[in-house]
Amino acid sequence: MTERKECLRCQGVCCTKIENFGVTIGSLEILRNINLHIHCGELTAIVGPNGAGKTTFIKALLGQVPHTGNLTFMKSDGSGNKPPVMGYVPQKITLDPTSPTSVADLFLASKYSSPVWLMKPKKAIADIRERLKKVNADHLMDRPLGKLSGGELQRVLLALALDPVPEILLLDEPVSGIDQNGLMLFYENVSALKESYDLTIILVSHDFDMVRKYADRVVLLNRTVIASGKPEEVLESDSFYEIFSARSLKNRDRGGEQ
Amino acid sequence: MEIWYRILEILPFEWARHGQMTFMKNALLAVILLTPVFAVLGTMIVNNNMAFFSDALGHGAFTGVVIGGLLGFGLPILSVIVFSLLFAFLIAVIKHKSKMSGDTVIGVISATAVALGIFLVTLGGKSFARLNSYLIGDILSITPEEIFLLFILLVVVLVFWLLFFNRLLLVSINPSLADSRGINTFLYEVIFSCFVAVTVAVSMPWVGLLVINSFLVLPAASARNLAGNQRQYHFIAFAISAFSGISGLILSYYIETATGATIVLILAAIFFISHCLRGRVAG
Repeated sequence: MTERKECLRCQGVCCTKIENFGVTIGSLEILRNINLHIHCGELTAIVGPNGAGKTTFIKALLGQVPHTGNLTFMKSDGSGNKPPVMGYVPQKITLDPTSPTSVADLFLASKYSSPVWLMKPKKAIADIRERLKKVNADHLMDRPLGKLSGGELQRVLLALALDPVPEILLLDEPVSGIDQNGLMLFYENVSALKESYDLTIILVSHDFDMVRKYADRVVLLNRTVIASGKPEEVLESDSFYEIFSARSLKNRDRGGEQ
Repeated sequence: MEIWYRILEILPFEWARHGQMTFMKNALLAVILLTPVFAVLGTMIVNNNMAFFSDALGHGAFTGVVIGGLLGFGLPILSVIVFSLLFAFLIAVIKHKSKMSGDTVIGVISATAVALGIFLVTLGGKSFARLNSYLIGDILSITPEEIFLLFILLVVVLVFWLLFFNRLLLVSINPSLADSRGINTFLYEVIFSCFVAVTVAVSMPWVGLLVINSFLVLPAASARNLAGNQRQYHFIAFAISAFSGISGLILSYYIETATGATIVLILAAIFFISHCLRGRVAG
């Protein structure tokens, strides 16, 4: 791969090798014969129609769904296959709006051992505030999760996925239900993270304008890899138009959502 | 126990005087030990929408009593605990393995357990009446040895809550998210179910099968209306649970009613008040 040199400066996983990768659940083959090399310091966007297996692909990478074929995480020094630290922002997180769990509670529960129901350690709170500041969400600290807007919740979940700093960040349509401002903010945040931590970022998205602007590589997925390459290559390819022909024109007019 | 009786003598109640009404003092101690257990487990039961599950556990525990009696166990409590654990485990596994909705699985298993219990009790034309006390509960008959058992239960539950609450909370917020952070979600669900099962099994004879679930669900459901974070949630649930338990016991003594039911009525009243206050307090 041409981007190989990029790997030299990252410390974590520099290349995720996906070979002959497939997922079959029950008798249903969802993904087959996927071959990809995903690099650190790059934002790889996965696009594809509904039911293409995008979420399944992410879950298989996370190890939540069993897969066939090989999945290898290579370090820059060539050593490999120790499970990397993964950060994950789920597609849709349905929260009970009446749940008395604040943003701070979520962070405390995820990362600290002192019981959330009894203690609120000052040091941890200061640390969490720092984390939230990075995604412009520190003012949400004491808000119950169920009372956050879609955009606020996504920023909080992004901050959570970055704590501890992952080697691979998986974002599954993280921006559904966010207004245009929130959308820009989110992509700016993700791009900044990519630069500062040299992360491998894999993002599932339906928003082709944003993908064109921010992604380094685009993978068009429909049960298997249909096309893969630079955003302009994939988004202007014939197969892309075939799959999205009617839909994409309509979506462009609406600003790309869904 | 002597120390406990002495402490109570400072209370202005007739039954609290030296040498009087030991059963009342025992019951009060039992309530004080049980209410925190119900409060903390209840917070998570309500988080996870497990109210129907905990209700079904009571039925499982009941069948445990019957089977223990038939097998002639010296300590029915042992067979009750074992049976409740089996019962909870069975529900968790079937729910996990099959695509059936949790409600259906619980409904099927719970009804089967009760039917089996009644069938075995009445086998050979015997009367059901001797098991009535399990339905209604009789906390006034608790003995110091049994109170000690409740004390152990309280300590075990609190230690469990100190060590594992954070992970349970994360699983309850979003299993997928918890999984991505290396938490075995199924394992934690099963362990939590087992804790609820043991608690229901141990306390059923004193609280009563018919009302035990309210003890678990109502304090947390009320606290949820008022709390904005987990610390408030736990504290309010505990305060409501303890207040209702103690006041319900004392009230039932004076107006001569079943203690369990009296406590539940107080809990229910608090729930309705909290529901009306909802949104005006905290956030």
